[in-house]
Amino acid sequence: MDLNLVWFLLIGVLLVGYALLDGFDLGVGVLHLFTRSEKHKRVNLNAVGPVWDGNEVWLLTGGGALFAAFPPVYAAVFSGFYLAFMVLLLALIARAVSMEFRHQINSPAWQKVWDWSFGLGSLVPALLFGVALGNVMRGLPVDASGNLYVSFLSLLNPYSLLMGLLSLTAFTMHGGAWLSLKSDGEQQQFAQRWANGSWMAFLVIFFVVLLLTIFTNQALLSGLMSNALAWLFLVLLIAGIILFPLSLRIKPLQALLASGAQIAGVMGLIAVGLFPNIVPSSLDPDWSLTAYNASSTPLTLKTMLIIALIGVPIMLVYTIWIYHIFKGKTVVEEEGY
Amino acid sequence: MDVLFLSRLQFAVTVGFHFIFPPLSIGLAWLLVVLEWRGWRGNNQLYQQLGRFFGRILALTFVVGVATGIVMEFQFGTNWASYSRFVGDVFGAPLAAEAVIAFFLESTFLGLYLFGRNRVSRGVHWFSILMVAVGSTLSAFWIIVANSWQQTPDGFIVQNGRAELASFAAAVFNASTFERFFHVMVSTLIAGGFLMMGISAYRLLKNKQEQTSAKSLKLGLVVSFVFSVLALYPTGHSSAIQVAETQPEKFATMEGLIDTETKAGLTLFGIPSSEPLALKAPIRIPGMLSWLAFGDSEAPVQGMSDLQQQGWETPPFGLVFTSFHIMIILGMFFILLTLVGVIMLWRGSVYQQNWFLRLLVWLIPLPMIAIQFGWLVAEVGRQPWVVYRLLKTAAAYSHNLVVGEVLFSLVMFSLIYLLLGALFIYLLVREIKRGPQPIQIKEA
Repeated sequence: MDLNLVWFLLIGVLLVGYALLDGFDLGVGVLHLFTRSEKHKRVNLNAVGPVWDGNEVWLLTGGGALFAAFPPVYAAVFSGFYLAFMVLLLALIARAVSMEFRHQINSPAWQKVWDWSFGLGSLVPALLFGVALGNVMRGLPVDASGNLYVSFLSLLNPYSLLMGLLSLTAFTMHGGAWLSLKSDGEQQQFAQRWANGSWMAFLVIFFVVLLLTIFTNQALLSGLMSNALAWLFLVLLIAGIILFPLSLRIKPLQALLASGAQIAGVMGLIAVGLFPNIVPSSLDPDWSLTAYNASSTPLTLKTMLIIALIGVPIMLVYTIWIYHIFKGKTVVEEEGY
Repeated sequence: MDVLFLSRLQFAVTVGFHFIFPPLSIGLAWLLVVLEWRGWRGNNQLYQQLGRFFGRILALTFVVGVATGIVMEFQFGTNWASYSRFVGDVFGAPLAAEAVIAFFLESTFLGLYLFGRNRVSRGVHWFSILMVAVGSTLSAFWIIVANSWQQTPDGFIVQNGRAELASFAAAVFNASTFERFFHVMVSTLIAGGFLMMGISAYRLLKNKQEQTSAKSLKLGLVVSFVFSVLALYPTGHSSAIQVAETQPEKFATMEGLIDTETKAGLTLFGIPSSEPLALKAPIRIPGMLSWLAFGDSEAPVQGMSDLQQQGWETPPFGLVFTSFHIMIILGMFFILLTLVGVIMLWRGSVYQQNWFLRLLVWLIPLPMIAIQFGWLVAEVGRQPWVVYRLLKTAAAYSHNLVVGEVLFSLVMFSLIYLLLGALFIYLLVREIKRGPQPIQIKEA
């Protein structure tokens, strides 16, 4: 296994980690838009309160690692998707401050503002995540010098918008599963209803995307059958799809893992389908940015691998420890959100 | 207005606003390590109240820092794609290390600190604020490593049209890393200390009987004094020496030295003019600059016009010179002010000096202003380079952007940040007025 492949995998792991962790708290944010009672709203906020910030760091780390390992990809995608990233940043800012600001003043009008800020600030990233992925999957007009000239509106093509809906429904399902684990009674039923509905929508959209991909973008699927890792992700995806509805109302934790398996399965399949491309060029396949022609030097990749091998296990240990501390149903405390 | 200009302006606006918050958070986090330790080990109710009170203020500061920090990490790619391609092999690694080692630590433990007070033992809870402080300090370290590499690049070779890493250690521990890291860290404690003593002074003005605020005033004052001195010597001094040795254009500009001189004088005052290059009405101490920079009053110091004749462009004179001197004047003032405070504290009279307490309230923003000017010296002083003597700022931007896009984002960020700034101040003042709350004893 060469260093380029290792870093392709690691960035995949970071993005999947982001989707699994921030995925559920983005999903809770989406459900927040449909939550009516103040008591339930506070459970939503406190269910993600202790962990959302750490979860969002997965995205930052993914971005940082992309910059370090594949600078031309980072440069092309971030500048090429300029307006989309600006909208994403706006949403992430609104979302981050909403939770902290909301609980400062006990007034319905004030809280309403930050409820919307939290909800939309969660919905927009959940949608854009898939839109970005969809555009990469279709291929982008990367030119010979690695630049990407693309307008914001052309990013919103039907295929990518469907991918956006896929990530939105996936995160909403995942958020519903998290909330079902963290709440009880009426609110738990609400979360389960939404999780179940999102799961069905997710399935339908998944098959539509799959069909579209088969008919319009076979290159993405061509290598899958012969790849052992792809079969693993497929099994993961199917297991998740089957287990999710079976466990949703009886085993909340298992349901959460099952929704996570679906997300990881789909993302894994996309990653395997893309490799070695990171951003396929729609102008000329030779101009595609790949894990090999767009990477940093072996020394940088090696140095960062050492940093990751030291840093990530430590991070995982304390992250798991802190999730363990906050396990169980969410208790709304005076000091919380 | 072109993409380059707008991108520079946007970077200045976003980094300037962002850079208000991390220094406050880092300083406050370390002060909270002390407060929470005394609350825990001494089982002292007053310190426990202070821990909660300043913990709420930390939460507010931290979240605005996080929200505006994401923008910074993405902006290298969005607006500075050519820069990212050129430096990614070297610059990306410290940024990724910052995320893996520091961001996770501070963010994860902040969640435990803010939400876990009733879930974990007091010792573990104290450990969580310690990890927030350590994490935010490591974060400062790695970001300063990355920025210092732009100032004094090392450990790389230029080939294949980019800077390629040759030695990670040399890149990380480049000529200016440590001087700049220590100077920035010291300034965060001044920012945190001023905030703490200003808030405490306000509380005392409202209610002289508030024992909690007397304690936090004392801590804030002593810390502010010690670190104000450290900001000048050794960290400020060594930073200046480092600039003199490694970036003569920046040094000549910030010190207002036009011609190369032996026995170069230290400029105390002067009015800078760029066209023609001159310093009007200067007040200088002869030989002092040579002595400060090189330990020898006869040592030659290069001036701006000579550097220009050698083919090196110098940074904008007025801005760098003025910013540097405002920072110095503020730094001197911090020492004087906190010295007066510490003397009154030692005599036990500080709590009665209403004029002094009122002053402390109004002076809360001053360290942030000094930090902003210091940062201006560092960054504008490096111009026209984005990576010193390697890559010009004018060549670093994203060529695939159009004016409308960057104008949109610039206006968007400016409006959002104005709103965020106003909300932050409003909520901070509200929190301060509410003050430390008595702790309801709950038996678990």
